[in-house]
Amino acid sequence: MESVKLKVSYAPFVRSSDSIESVMYNVALALAPATVMSVYLFGMYALVLNVVAILSCIGFEWLMDKARKKPASCLDGSALVTGLLLALNVPANLPLWMIVVGSFIAIAATKHVFGGLGYNIFNPALVARVFLLISFPAAMTSWPVPAPFSLGLNVDMQTAASPLGILKTDGLEALGSFTLMDGFYGTMNGSLGETSAIALLAGAAWLLYKRYITLTIPLTLIGSVFLFTGIFFLIDPGTYASPLFHMVTGGLIIGAFFMATDMVTSPISMRGQLIFGLGCGLLTAIIRLWGGYPEGVSFAILIMNGFVPLLDRWDQNDQKAKYQKKSEKA
Amino acid sequence: MKTFKIGGIHPPERKLTESSAIEVMPVPAELVISMNQHLGKPAKPLVKMGEQVKKGQLIGEADGFISANVHASTSGKVKGVKPHPHPGGQYAMAVFITPDGKDEWAEGLDTEPADWRSFSQEEIIAKVKDAGIVGMGGAGFPTNVKLSPPPDKSIDTIILNGAECEPFLTADHRLMVESPAKVVAGLEIISSLFKGEAKAWIGIESNKQDAIDALKKHASPKGIEVVSLKTKYPQGAEKQLINAITGRTIGQGELPFDKGCLVQNIGTAVAVYEAVCLNRPLIERVVTVSGMEISSRKNVLARIGTSFKDIAGFCGDISEKTNQVICGGPMMGKALFTLDAPVVKTTSGLLFINNSAVEKSRERTCIRCGKCVDVCPQSLEPWLLANTAQLRKFDEILDLGLMNCTECGSCTFVCPSKRELVHWIKYAKVLVNNRQKRKSA
Repeated sequence: MESVKLKVSYAPFVRSSDSIESVMYNVALALAPATVMSVYLFGMYALVLNVVAILSCIGFEWLMDKARKKPASCLDGSALVTGLLLALNVPANLPLWMIVVGSFIAIAATKHVFGGLGYNIFNPALVARVFLLISFPAAMTSWPVPAPFSLGLNVDMQTAASPLGILKTDGLEALGSFTLMDGFYGTMNGSLGETSAIALLAGAAWLLYKRYITLTIPLTLIGSVFLFTGIFFLIDPGTYASPLFHMVTGGLIIGAFFMATDMVTSPISMRGQLIFGLGCGLLTAIIRLWGGYPEGVSFAILIMNGFVPLLDRWDQNDQKAKYQKKSEKA
Repeated sequence: MKTFKIGGIHPPERKLTESSAIEVMPVPAELVISMNQHLGKPAKPLVKMGEQVKKGQLIGEADGFISANVHASTSGKVKGVKPHPHPGGQYAMAVFITPDGKDEWAEGLDTEPADWRSFSQEEIIAKVKDAGIVGMGGAGFPTNVKLSPPPDKSIDTIILNGAECEPFLTADHRLMVESPAKVVAGLEIISSLFKGEAKAWIGIESNKQDAIDALKKHASPKGIEVVSLKTKYPQGAEKQLINAITGRTIGQGELPFDKGCLVQNIGTAVAVYEAVCLNRPLIERVVTVSGMEISSRKNVLARIGTSFKDIAGFCGDISEKTNQVICGGPMMGKALFTLDAPVVKTTSGLLFINNSAVEKSRERTCIRCGKCVDVCPQSLEPWLLANTAQLRKFDEILDLGLMNCTECGSCTFVCPSKRELVHWIKYAKVLVNNRQKRKSA
């Protein structure tokens, strides 16, 4: 007993098993169905894109930690999630060097310049995606046609516009044989991971079950897109696509469940999250219906990311008002 | 099932000693009776080196309004009066007693059971004060002060706190199972001070079904309601227990009696019964000895002043992996720096654990997940309080509700970044209090 050395530390002496790693690796796990689906739909090159994006994100994370003289955080899972999300948000024939540039923008220019994990205002994967979209519009909008079980490393796939792109440039009639079930299973043109709604929803269900995300943001985001596009569909079904079409196309599902719910860049309180989700949904719908780009989820979430500090400050001021009033009374 | 409305967590319960009957520990070779066993001013030592004392004799006198008497836990000779390590982490004046083995009661104490109905309210409060009874749940507030609220406050609800929501601890649980009659009698005595208008409740978490059954049998015929509460931490915190049972909320700067409530601990109720009916001062208490690193886990009835080393010796071997010994529960307890510290009136548990996290800080940056806000039972923003404390903005931090924190540690339990949130909040409280003292001085 004399040999026992007692150490003093702060209470509580028990902690939950949750950690940054468990959060991040569970998000990665939740993205696995969509990743597998992307390889099934677009072939082995999709897998190569995923691996390159993940490795380059982890590499830049390591480099930035070194440069900033910070403890290594490259294996905490956050770079893995960023890489995975970035890869799932680009077309399946993107040149590899472009995805490496995207990784640099995500990790170095979006995350570490603000101070690393927890301090970035904007979602790194989304900034990278938008950066690539604006810098390389041709490469970022020529979507390979899904060819299930094409296991080759063929980059010269047949390409076409995405359903949203067709809707934007050629109108509703041009969509032709596209059915909602294509969007649901993912057999449509689009980015690697955003096409298959069912794979994404399976992952989202896991995160909800593990309580790493709540339904507040996804439901308000998707709900407001549905309502807004639904109103215009009812007014003129000849020009506007049905709200269900908007549900399953583009990056709405991956955006709502995996991007907008990013803990670092979304509001903390319920009220903040409601406004955030609503704003994302309205902006998405406005950009899709009348904007210059066919797809608006990325822009909408990034714009609302910018409002998060303001929404949080609102809660803090409420908190202050509550306690200041009380102490004056006392 | 009832529970408090806002926040809360459910840590692993680990009630390893819930079915171990309370064992009476023999008087050790030396007792160290601290003069600081309660909230407020420490007691004034009344004995000198070489003096003979009897069991139950007053050896420390309450010094001021918020203070409490301290008694000798056995008969013997005073070996010295000097500062000694206190389980709270500081040094405190203590009376060292070498027992003579006779364990003789002082005159007039330990009498035949008397009916408490034969005493007036003033007599009961005087007996509680003389017996040095303090809240035995952890804070150690002098019970006689709590039992005499200002005359303008009317108490309509009296709650006995059998929640025992801290992991590991089972001291109150065993008392409820083994001495339900004493618990109920103590509660009846306390209720009688409030002219019979007050309704009495006993709140017990649902993971202690045997205690609920035992108390229902004794309490229900007397009009006392036993409430089964959903197992959730920190249900045993005064504010949360009141909210769970009555639905009332104790706001900033308010005390329970502002909302007509009075909460007492199970151990305190038993002590009140023994003081009033048996004329026994508070000289012993039940301590849960548990944790993964001790070979035999027990609920021990130990004399106040028994050193933790003696308790460990009584319970068995400590494994070599032990790196922390916690006084109290794992959520709100304190890590001891020495096993020389003695049992005081507020010592509810002694836990021998291997805490791998203690070797180096694992604190990471906040990832703004908001879990601390979700679990805070006081609706605070713990991450913001901790940030503000780290920036030393002590004017701003008061406006964020700093003083409303009950230091339950739920935020720190759930934090995935392993931030020491509640530590920073406690740190800010201490510095803010020191500042205010300096200003008023």
